[in-house]
Amino acid sequence: MYKKTVRRRRAALAALVALSLLLLTVYFGERSGGPLHSLQRGFLTVIAPVESGANTVLSPFRSAFKSIGNAFSSGAKRAQLERENAQLRARLIAYQDEAQALREAGAIGRADAKYSLAGYHPVSAQVIADSPTIWYETVVIDQGTSAGVADNDPVVNGEGLVGKVALAYPDGALVMLITDHEMAVSAKLAGRSEHGIIKPKVGTPEGLQLEYLPQEAVVNPGEYVVTAGSLAQPGESLFPPGIPIGEVTAAGTGSSAASVRPLVNLHALGAVQVLTAVNGSPPARLTNLMQRVAFARGAGEASSLNGAGGEGEG
Amino acid sequence: MAAYPRRSALSLPQPARLAALALLSVLVQTGVISELPIFGVRIDITPLVVAFAGFSTGSGTGAAMGFAVGLLVDLTLGQTLGLTSLIYTFIGYGAGRLRELRDPEATLLPLALGAGAAFLALVGYAVIEFLLGVDAPVSAGELLREIVLGTIVGAIVSAPVWLLVRRVLQGAEERGRRRPARANPSGGLSPLAHP
Repeated sequence: MYKKTVRRRRAALAALVALSLLLLTVYFGERSGGPLHSLQRGFLTVIAPVESGANTVLSPFRSAFKSIGNAFSSGAKRAQLERENAQLRARLIAYQDEAQALREAGAIGRADAKYSLAGYHPVSAQVIADSPTIWYETVVIDQGTSAGVADNDPVVNGEGLVGKVALAYPDGALVMLITDHEMAVSAKLAGRSEHGIIKPKVGTPEGLQLEYLPQEAVVNPGEYVVTAGSLAQPGESLFPPGIPIGEVTAAGTGSSAASVRPLVNLHALGAVQVLTAVNGSPPARLTNLMQRVAFARGAGEASSLNGAGGEGEG
Repeated sequence: MAAYPRRSALSLPQPARLAALALLSVLVQTGVISELPIFGVRIDITPLVVAFAGFSTGSGTGAAMGFAVGLLVDLTLGQTLGLTSLIYTFIGYGAGRLRELRDPEATLLPLALGAGAAFLALVGYAVIEFLLGVDAPVSAGELLREIVLGTIVGAIVSAPVWLLVRRVLQGAEERGRRRPARANPSGGLSPLAHP
């Protein structure tokens, strides 16, 4: 009897481990439209009302936890903010003078209004769940496809760029933060024309790096990084230009990446906005076009791989 | 006057209590607790809940609970399916086996068990992510710091989690677990002990 119990217990463990490994292997290998991803999307759709309800019930606790966290860091943060405020005031004055001069010269009137924020419809959302591990920089928000949110839409808050929508479902969406290892955003230095790509800095949590700058570019600490308004790779959404991303903390050049600190406090996210491209607007048309290009490229790669496989077999 | 064991307010069967515990722990973890870091480390109560549930109900149920909680975490947060299930299955099974084989009764047991569960979860994540070829978001030193501090934080939060799990599972613990030899007052000579 005892041996039978032991056998049953071991069999149960083996079955659960095998099932976990099977899920892990299939999920990791499949594309975002695969069956397990669809299952995940379906589950999120079902659980969204529960999560939303739980968030409402637990919101007092959530606020209390946030207050406790803020109380610990408020002293140091205040001194830092006062310093930054003084610097920003000086810069604002300088930029206002510069902007006035450009406007007078008629340069800004044509400055690419086509792809500006006007082409986007902001959808306000609330963060309702947060990942506890350092390996996944994701949060869940309470607005989804029913509010017009789509995969890859940019997510911002009052401080700057938060991330993008990784998975949208009817009543919510999973947002990949800018510090997630899969994130890459086309970016440039504020007030300059050199473009690069901003990516998470491997080995530094909550750190970013600006790379792929032109060879002769020199980046200095204290400069601000903003979205460039171009695509980092086909299949991405177009992020509107000029959204603040971070501040350069360590200098870089064209050959060495500059370290960047995100402006958004990613551990205390509350209200955010999803920038959904208005149907028929230039950003929406461009995004659709680029997604078709990415799809065609993927199909081309798949067929060439199949061809190579067939040749190999032959 | 004889002391009667306290009965739980809701007399639900064990699977229902475990399911409620799993869902509640995942919702509270993702909705509230992830917001508050201690020593710069995010608190994660889910491996603790799995370990305490496994310790209270046995290795088989612990493994199933670990798989279910892990799957819920992965599904809720859009993570790689199967990753957390795999780690938590071992944590639940190991905690159950610990009680079946050793039946420890030390006062500081919840702290040790909580620290162990948090440590296994952190190391398990790191190992599997490295095997999957995911770039580490932290350097080796930072990762070590995260594991050490995460283990300490796990021990700190284990007491309230232990009380919660015990309260929810009150009266639903596994009855058939093996007792140590000292529990037999006849010294093992009773014919009833060896049928």
